[in-house]
Amino acid sequence: MSQTATRAPAPPVVRQPSAIQLGLSRAALETKIFFRERDAVIFTFSFPIVLLLIFGSIFADDLEGTGLNVSQLYVAGLIGSAAMTGFQNLGIGIAMDRDDGTLKRLLGTPLPRSSYFVGRALNTLFISFCQVVILLTIGVALFGLQLPSEISTWLTFVWVFVLGVLGSSLLGIAVSSLPRSGKSASAVIAMPFVVLQFISGVFIPVTQLPAWLVNIASVFPLKWMCQGFRSVFLGDAGATLELTNSYELGRVALVLGAWVVGGLLLCLTTFRWKGRRDG
Amino acid sequence: MTTAVRVRGLTKRYGDVQAVGGIDLDINAGEVFAILGPNGAGKSTAVEIMEGYRTRDAGEVSVLGVDPGRPTREWRSRIGVVLQTADDVAEATVRETVRHFAGYYPNAKDPDEVIEQVGLTDKAGKRIRQLSGGQRRRVDVALGVIGSPELLFLDEPTTGFDPEARRQFWELIGDLAHQGTTIVLTTHYLDEAEALADRVAVVAQGRIVAEGDPTTLGGRATAKATVGWSEAGEHRSRETDTPTRTVLELAQQFDGEVPELTVTRPSLEDVYLRLIEAPS
Repeated sequence: MSQTATRAPAPPVVRQPSAIQLGLSRAALETKIFFRERDAVIFTFSFPIVLLLIFGSIFADDLEGTGLNVSQLYVAGLIGSAAMTGFQNLGIGIAMDRDDGTLKRLLGTPLPRSSYFVGRALNTLFISFCQVVILLTIGVALFGLQLPSEISTWLTFVWVFVLGVLGSSLLGIAVSSLPRSGKSASAVIAMPFVVLQFISGVFIPVTQLPAWLVNIASVFPLKWMCQGFRSVFLGDAGATLELTNSYELGRVALVLGAWVVGGLLLCLTTFRWKGRRDG
Repeated sequence: MTTAVRVRGLTKRYGDVQAVGGIDLDINAGEVFAILGPNGAGKSTAVEIMEGYRTRDAGEVSVLGVDPGRPTREWRSRIGVVLQTADDVAEATVRETVRHFAGYYPNAKDPDEVIEQVGLTDKAGKRIRQLSGGQRRRVDVALGVIGSPELLFLDEPTTGFDPEARRQFWELIGDLAHQGTTIVLTTHYLDEAEALADRVAVVAQGRIVAEGDPTTLGGRATAKATVGWSEAGEHRSRETDTPTRTVLELAQQFDGEVPELTVTRPSLEDVYLRLIEAPS
């Protein structure tokens, strides 16, 4: 049109790419790189599967008076572990990123810092989701696990999963600052994760643990995640196996929610972009 | 001429160590500026303050008109940083990595052209883990320039290179400089500074002890020359302020060709070693 020709040329607008879009781009790259490190992929995915197969095969008895068997208990517990993969993945992954120069390089680019975390979070969510799908498939196929049929139960699954993944991921981001180097990260971070699994009811039912251990476990999110997942996959029949004869879903939500908020605060106050040698 | 980097009275202390003890610096837009100095002289600290990686204790710093102590996204998209060491993104290919980083910048160059420019076109599909040290460094440069920076920082870019790789790298940096990119380079290779830089600053113990054209630094061009020749099977030499006259005298003495004639001024290395030994 003729009017447009007379208009003064617009000043050049420098449009920065959106933070969300860059977060997605980071997630795609992280996921691609993750699946290329074949040994890490095999370890990450086979660990809970192997444990499920071993524990499920050793303890095939029925749980008295519930119509449930022990392997179903393990599926629920290991799904809790899978949702907590973020703790280990991010704890080790970010420590490595700090050590190998990834964080420093990104800090020198216009990438918004939030995009890095969005990328990491989506990557973790995806890996945890894959693990859960695999565990559920094996549980249903080999150990007679019954998937819940009610939508409300699935809703419980979704909020326990999302809060659990978020809380443990934030905790993972926070602990990533602890290892002195990327090399020591897997030892520093895997150890507490294994201990937590033993005291949170993943391998050994909470009812068989001494009270003081349960008290320690109750501070951390894994115990509550497992409890939430038991409510989803064992149903009302299994509630009698709980310490309080109830899944305490309100409390589960409260503790996991508190971890999300606390984890976020912990990350914001303690996160280091630089390695210890970088001053 | 516009100023790309302006530094006044910059200081930085780590505990008891005064890493940077008052540096003034002006780097012009479009020039290649080399910062020379031994390890621990404070050059990396000074550069990392300019890059926005470290905070300073005192002084004024302006990089492309912005205080790097308060870096913005817009400012970050105008500078490029090539760090000393990095071994990240090992499992991604060269092309994937360069394309990914291109997405960070509002005015990114074409990734394939940048890969071509750094001479990695035939390695573009290879994973970074499979590259040699020199090729890896070229990826770093590609990521440093992908956003069309006005100013590029290179921190000891050729450490660990073989001589051939270093030559090729120098050509690459020369090309970038020709295209108008301002380049700030730290190095402890004097031949590198001499080959690349329009101006150099020598940093020792946190201060600049000399600054200028590498060919005249520290009075190199006018310092006493050494004339060497061979006489009766023996090597002879004479230090002189007037080497031309000495050569003419020798030419008369030998009636033509002077055997094994050499005339040398102090090398940049001689000047440098003298400067860092006795900081003013």
